[in-house]
Amino acid sequence: MKIWQQSLLACSLIGVSLSTQAVTFNKVLLEQSQLSFVSKQMNVPVEGKFKEFSAKLNFDPAKVEAASAELNIVLSSIDAGSNEANDEVKSKGWFNVQAFPTAKFVAKSVKSLGSDRFEVAGEMSIKGKTNPVTAPFTLKITGKTGVLEGSFPLKRLQFNIGEGAWSDTDTVADEVQIRFKLVVSE
Amino acid sequence: MSQSYTRTAIALHWVIALGMLIAIALGFYMTNLSLSPFKLKLFSWHKWLGVTIFLLASLRLVWRLTHPAPALPDTMDNWEKQIAHAVHVALYVLMFSIPLSGWLMSSAAGFPVVFLGLIPLPDLLAKNKELAAMLKQVHFLLNMSLLALVGLHVGAALKHHFVLKDNVMAQMLPWLGRGKSK
Ligand code: HEM
Repeated sequence: MKIWQQSLLACSLIGVSLSTQAVTFNKVLLEQSQLSFVSKQMNVPVEGKFKEFSAKLNFDPAKVEAASAELNIVLSSIDAGSNEANDEVKSKGWFNVQAFPTAKFVAKSVKSLGSDRFEVAGEMSIKGKTNPVTAPFTLKITGKTGVLEGSFPLKRLQFNIGEGAWSDTDTVADEVQIRFKLVVSE
Repeated sequence: MSQSYTRTAIALHWVIALGMLIAIALGFYMTNLSLSPFKLKLFSWHKWLGVTIFLLASLRLVWRLTHPAPALPDTMDNWEKQIAHAVHVALYVLMFSIPLSGWLMSSAAGFPVVFLGLIPLPDLLAKNKELAAMLKQVHFLLNMSLLALVGLHVGAALKHHFVLKDNVMAQMLPWLGRGKSK
């Protein structure tokens, strides 16, 4: 092996060992994290967010099999884009926050999609219904903190979110795009 | 100066007049409804109609600038002609500023406008609730001005037709049969 090939190999080995250096993220910095969504009303994308949620996480990007995560979302903290919509979506036909104050996501498995990309599969529980969801996400690490960011489509009618007249998907689409950005640290 | 309006000018006048009337009725009706899928539909239809009026008004302005309107009769005083002209200019301004204020309000409220549910229009403003509330007032007041001016405009037209018995109103309503006779 020529000397330059050897040094290249050495460099890449160092590189690999650096990138796989064990970092286990187990804290979520809620202040900097965001949980938002985009619904489509008459084909108009309308943004909203949940202001209050908590998260538990144990994630080592080098050992995704061992990952665990749980997200609890306070549904009454919703901002659906306007005051009128906020009142509406808390009501019985939508989230029914009186009876079901929180939504919960529990991760079941995480797989690596190469470099900084991953996919989580888990169970979403809203309004007494539990359905499987999967979401791709990226993890960008700087020092001891990481930014975990992804999105996935959630079908609202699987959870009876928007019953009666509101189940008309021509007005409010079934698919709601959920976006999450969790700032995590060791 | 030509003797009467072109057919295109007449068609644009009445289509826009009807469109604005429907937009106003829809605007007042929809804002008083409680939230429902029907209300969301009406809001969208109102916006689509408003954008359509804006497009037709653009066409109309170009047409007006390239096809002079018939002269007002010499039986009118100069100041009367000036007021008529000023009202017409103001009506043109409202044909643009009303839909524009609606679009701005919608942008500021965080609801992008998607024309006919197909064509997303650019957001002219970032989301800002206070600004949206202010623009709602602007949209409302411009509509009130429109109603007042349309009242004046229609009243004047009727006076020309029934009191002065000239051909001013008939120029926009040729089937009244007084179009070119005087
Ligand atoms: C010539 C065109 C238009 C006319 C004559 C018109 C007229 C009106 C009127 C009379 C109202 C009720 C005002 C009130 O009660 O506050 C209204 C409300 C409204 N208009 Fe328009 N409008 C026009 C175009 C537009 C356009 C192009 C948009 C948006 C793209 C728009 C968006 C709205 C919205 C969002 C409201 C409800 C305001 C609220 O209650 O939040 N309008 N319009």
